[in-house]
Amino acid sequence: MQVLEKQQIMTGSQKLIEEKKTIIEARDVNVFYGHFQALKGINLTIKENSVTAFIGPSGCGKSTFLRCFNRMNDYIDEFCLDGEILIDNNKIYWNKIVVEELRKEVGMVFQKPNPFPKTIFENVAYGLKIHGIKDKTYIEEQVVKSLKDVALWDEVKDDLKKSALALSGGQQQRLCIARTLAVEPKIILMDEPTSALDPISTAKIEELLFDLKQKYTIVIVTHNMQQAARISDKTAFFYMGDLIEYDDTKTIFTNPKQEKTQNYITGRFG
Amino acid sequence: MRTRTQENIIEALLKLATSITILTTVGIIGVLLYETIAFFKEVSIIEFLTDLEWTPLFSQKHFGILPLVSGTILTTLIAIGVALPLGLTIAIYLNMYAPKGFRKSFKPMLEVLAAIPTVVYGFFALTVVTPFLQSIYPNLAGFNALSAGIVMGIMIIPFVSSLSEDALYAVPKTLKEASFGMGATRFQTSFKVMVPAASSGIIVSVILAISRAIGETMIVAIAAGQQPRLTFDPTVPIETITAYIVQVSMGDVPHGSLEYRTIFAAGITLFIFTFLLNTLSFWIKKKYQEKYD
Repeated sequence: MQVLEKQQIMTGSQKLIEEKKTIIEARDVNVFYGHFQALKGINLTIKENSVTAFIGPSGCGKSTFLRCFNRMNDYIDEFCLDGEILIDNNKIYWNKIVVEELRKEVGMVFQKPNPFPKTIFENVAYGLKIHGIKDKTYIEEQVVKSLKDVALWDEVKDDLKKSALALSGGQQQRLCIARTLAVEPKIILMDEPTSALDPISTAKIEELLFDLKQKYTIVIVTHNMQQAARISDKTAFFYMGDLIEYDDTKTIFTNPKQEKTQNYITGRFG
Repeated sequence: MRTRTQENIIEALLKLATSITILTTVGIIGVLLYETIAFFKEVSIIEFLTDLEWTPLFSQKHFGILPLVSGTILTTLIAIGVALPLGLTIAIYLNMYAPKGFRKSFKPMLEVLAAIPTVVYGFFALTVVTPFLQSIYPNLAGFNALSAGIVMGIMIIPFVSSLSEDALYAVPKTLKEASFGMGATRFQTSFKVMVPAASSGIIVSVILAISRAIGETMIVAIAAGQQPRLTFDPTVPIETITAYIVQVSMGDVPHGSLEYRTIFAAGITLFIFTFLLNTLSFWIKKKYQEKYD
């Protein structure tokens, strides 16, 4: 999609985001698990090279919505989606789309670090290999580059042949991010990526997100509202399957328009 | 007090049940050892392990176990050659491709294969599989290792598929998600992530299947022949350790004779094989089981 909004560039990062092109667009998305409606008529657009946070209480549908962007819900029995999701202007729920190709463009980092029981090198090289890349020099370059991008290179450069399972939880999660970066996706989905980590590892990953934003579009689900406030440009608040409010993070946290948002961010429920 | 007495009686009964099992095992091993020692007083262990012929029932007696061992290994290898690819394919299909309901109903159905009496398998090998194979390869003997091995392989498919599927099922869902999330197909995920991650369980399933195949008696006794022969040619009649034991037990060999004792020597060889395999599988299970916990 090449819709660049040609507004005058004003000062401040929030203004800059408005100039960027739309990379994800959800049009009237309803999701059902059997008879249960998990998402109700969601409309939302996400600009590229931004960090968008999805917040809301457990069961509000934020993870379900995130997993629609790379069709990870396909494996759930009775999952049914109505409406349209466009990524780069392609309808991803169109039945002729190759899901594997979509996921190359839309990477995902999960809640619990889930490295493969392989070496550190093989973990990062996995995505390249399954997408048919055989050029060894290129694979090596990408592995090194990805590990550097997640600030893990200095810690593991002598241990690339060692099992990824020997790393600490925080290192494993950064390895999982590196694994996602290696195939150079456009979008990275993160499903509570720091909820299983200690505060120091969490800080490292948050720091990382600032750098990654330059090259990637990041959508992150988080339970931690301070985290959403610290790292995101835009925040979407979900409640009981509804998108209650979606705005600049600063607005959501200082001057929300909806009472429910106000109540949630001030800790009155959730 | 009444309840106290009841408890004591129950405990005693349970102990009795447990000790009967242990005593039976000890008794079997004891008899095996006693008769085997008696056997080796007459036949040197070196002859037993190195002689290339096994003819204890002939006038020109040879006591080399190798032909029986080779027959056992040959039929077992053929069986594993059938059961491993098929069993693993089924396990992967059930775990990665089949709808959930199908997995639930298909697994018990597959396990019916293991419930068919082996004598039925034996006649199936002799009267269906062998004639069919002869129609493709006319030089195949009426009794041969090939059809016995193939049918034995079919019989042990449920061992491999069911235990392998359990092993695949035990792989954390997060690994499957990680692979799918990277854009891997189900096929790539199966062979690059799931099978390696479940490898210890799959190896254990294969070892147990081998152990079962080595001990299998009826199929080979009926379909593989009774000619101890040191060969790895699957088209000719051979004899396995188990088939030999049947042959002698059913025959008119007098108790206490040297010929009679050969079956214990053969039996203990079989026992050592299966014991080692079971120990190996136990060790692998223990060593790799808690990898993901």
